[in-house]
Amino acid sequence: MSAFSALRPVARYIRASRMVAICVLFLLLVALVALAGPLLSPNDYISTDFDNRFGAPTMQGMQFFGTDEFGRDLFSRTLLGIQVTLFVAVIASIVSLGIGVIYGATAGFIGGKVDAVMMRAVDALYALPFVFLVILLMVAFERNFLLIFVAIGAINWLDMARIVRGQTISLKHREFVDAARLIGVSTPGIIWRHITPNLFGVVVVYMTLTIPQAILVESFLSFLGLGVQEPQTSLGALVNSGITHMGRAPWLLIIPASVLAFILFCFNFLGDGLRDVVDPKNKT
Amino acid sequence: MLRYAYLRILGAIPTLLLVIAIAFLMVHSAPGGPFDAARVLPPEIERNIERAYHLDDTLFEQFTSYLQGLWHGDLGPSYRYRDSTVSELIAGALPLSMKLGALAMLLAVVAGVSAGIIAALRKNTIIDRMVTGVAMVGISIPIFVIAPLMVLVFAVTLGWLPASWAGSGSSDRLLMPVIALALPQIAYIARLTRASMINIMSSDFVRTARAQGLCTMSIIRYHAIKPAMLPLLSYMGPAVAGILTGSVVVEEVFGIPGVGQFFIRGALNRDYTLVLGITVVYAALVIFLNLVVDLLYGYLDPRIRDR
Repeated sequence: MSAFSALRPVARYIRASRMVAICVLFLLLVALVALAGPLLSPNDYISTDFDNRFGAPTMQGMQFFGTDEFGRDLFSRTLLGIQVTLFVAVIASIVSLGIGVIYGATAGFIGGKVDAVMMRAVDALYALPFVFLVILLMVAFERNFLLIFVAIGAINWLDMARIVRGQTISLKHREFVDAARLIGVSTPGIIWRHITPNLFGVVVVYMTLTIPQAILVESFLSFLGLGVQEPQTSLGALVNSGITHMGRAPWLLIIPASVLAFILFCFNFLGDGLRDVVDPKNKT
Repeated sequence: MLRYAYLRILGAIPTLLLVIAIAFLMVHSAPGGPFDAARVLPPEIERNIERAYHLDDTLFEQFTSYLQGLWHGDLGPSYRYRDSTVSELIAGALPLSMKLGALAMLLAVVAGVSAGIIAALRKNTIIDRMVTGVAMVGISIPIFVIAPLMVLVFAVTLGWLPASWAGSGSSDRLLMPVIALALPQIAYIARLTRASMINIMSSDFVRTARAQGLCTMSIIRYHAIKPAMLPLLSYMGPAVAGILTGSVVVEEVFGIPGVGQFFIRGALNRDYTLVLGITVVYAALVIFLNLVVDLLYGYLDPRIRDR
């Protein structure tokens, strides 16, 4: 069983539905936009123009989304917002992936009492209002970027740990694991060399569900003014400043809000369908 | 059942202590003190202030005295609202936040369960597709996008409802916040209910009941509804956590003077004790409600308590 064979049903699923294909295409486009960022716009995201505050969306000067309260180009700022938001989300997901895979694989592989205690801890952590702890962290330390990644990653690993544990339990009685044990590979060695690579398919699928969660937390923090700071911006921060001026310039709210909602919808829609493919028992 | 209840209650206490310890440590390992922003003080006065707030004790002493205070309902003085203690601030704002949260929870359960059952009974019809589609959208659109859009449409553009809390009547100003807070939970609950209802309706005992000639309504009422609601019960914990988090946003958007607003003000003003106090109170609330859900679950489903 190679790492990629696990992805075969996933590829079949994507080809089967038009809606899914549209979501994949849209997300690829978003990913490309995120890579290029504000470079795609002829205007920069930082220079202010006080003669052109709250400019309506116009083709003139390529200000497709209009301008904000300082006369900055909203199109460039939205591109920057997508870039920052996705960047934070991907890094945070990788952090949660790391924690979740190690924790889940260990619990599942060792099994017995250790497994029971470790999973009880996950159950207990599940229902905590984690966002409050993250905000506490943001208050206590300077609001730096790195901390946002780590904090969001640290709260999103629970699902990953659960699913990885389940997969590990189903993998650990396979012949190749017995064979490895027979030739004297240590337990960490087996987990690392033989269990983890086989988790690849499931983990990739769960990434599509972890990323929107991370996006949600990041934009929530930025919305409260605790996340990304000016002149940098993120989709949540743009929504927040859009609210202040929605009576006067509704596009400042509507455009970033719809971009954010679309990205989240596509990730959720895709991840939801993919989860049913790799894990039919957990169907909702 | 008694043994199960004991174990659960015993399990909740270390969880709560752990959360309090993490929160406390985070705040106290913050670089810089709470009074650094003020003008530079002579060292003697600084020492006096530190003594007054017990900042010169060791970390462990501070933690135990915080726990002692907590036991008596004392969360310490607020660093910014100089005239009041954290307990007073929370006690003043909590009833309003609780009212908002409870109403949203009620709405979420009623609307979510009804939508879920209807979708499950009309599986794969246009009604089902609409419910699942709307639920998907509801889960995807964050509350801080929905709430301001609602204000934009119903208050600013149409003018049907008041845009903010201050300067409006009593009941209609609650409507939008409660709906905004409930929407994501309605979506989650509808999906859960639908999935579990479909599962139950295709089980053997329902088929038996059907073979005996019971109509669908009686099957649901006497056989299906109780087992179908069990997965929902275990979602109540995360739902409460979600509503508490959402209430921070809703209170900010609608300008409601609840705990959430104090939390944001505290966070932006670096009012350590206030933010710590609110986190502790909310964590205790969530852990307590989870305990209640666990006990209820054990009571309703004997398989759980024998494990």
